[in-house]
Amino acid sequence: MEIEHTAYKRCDLIKVKGRLDSASVPEFEERLKQITNSGRYRIVIDLEDLQFISSAGLRALISTQKVCRRYNRGEVVLANVPENIKAALDLAGFTTLFKIFPDVVSAVANV
Amino acid sequence: MFETYVDALMPKYTFPGQYESLAQIAALIRQATQELGLSSLDAYTVEMAVDEACTNIIEHAYGGEGLGEIELEYKIEADSLIIILRDHGKPFNPKKVRPPRRDVPLKRRRNRGLGLYFIHQWMDEVRFDFSEGTNTLTMVKRKR
Repeated sequence: MEIEHTAYKRCDLIKVKGRLDSASVPEFEERLKQITNSGRYRIVIDLEDLQFISSAGLRALISTQKVCRRYNRGEVVLANVPENIKAALDLAGFTTLFKIFPDVVSAVANV
Repeated sequence: MFETYVDALMPKYTFPGQYESLAQIAALIRQATQELGLSSLDAYTVEMAVDEACTNIIEHAYGGEGLGEIELEYKIEADSLIIILRDHGKPFNPKKVRPPRRDVPLKRRRNRGLGLYFIHQWMDEVRFDFSEGTNTLTMVKRKR
């Protein structure tokens, strides 16, 4: 797994590549925590180059969403979701909990 | 019917019960799904079911990393991929795992039970057995 982090004025963009499984989720969670611990709660996660996400990865998304949405201070949104991963999000009932944008530009503009 | 799946000629693979093994196991499973000619989505669902099952073995059967091995066998038979996973950890009782609630708001989402839910939703047949100190999980995916 690789993570690219870009801090914009109004939000943070995380591009996660490769596999998000139990081996890589702790590092992914840590990077997200660094962002929320610094008081920033608008996060765009770009999944374009994500090949695989396990339920551990889905749990990391949910726990970050809970932190970000508290007091209506922000939210996590997803961009460029590959079809297979969209199917996993659907089955987990996550598509109602995350806004999904077709590209990063619209996600950053709307988060 | 499940009994017929066990075949002495199935190739066996053994992996250390560590999270680093998951990517290698996934590569092997992708090879198997390609051999059968599954669609991209069906191949993904098998990869995820196996990943969840192996993570459960490490976390729940062994209670942590580096405490035992994961044994994997697979076989392609007609239009089906049969996958058997074995471990020698604590007996697993799937009835004790409550299914996740998918229809509740964010605040009330529980964090557990999702992995097993994916396994059951995405494989055509799933069976858990425990005997003589071995958990055996048999999963079947049929080509559509």
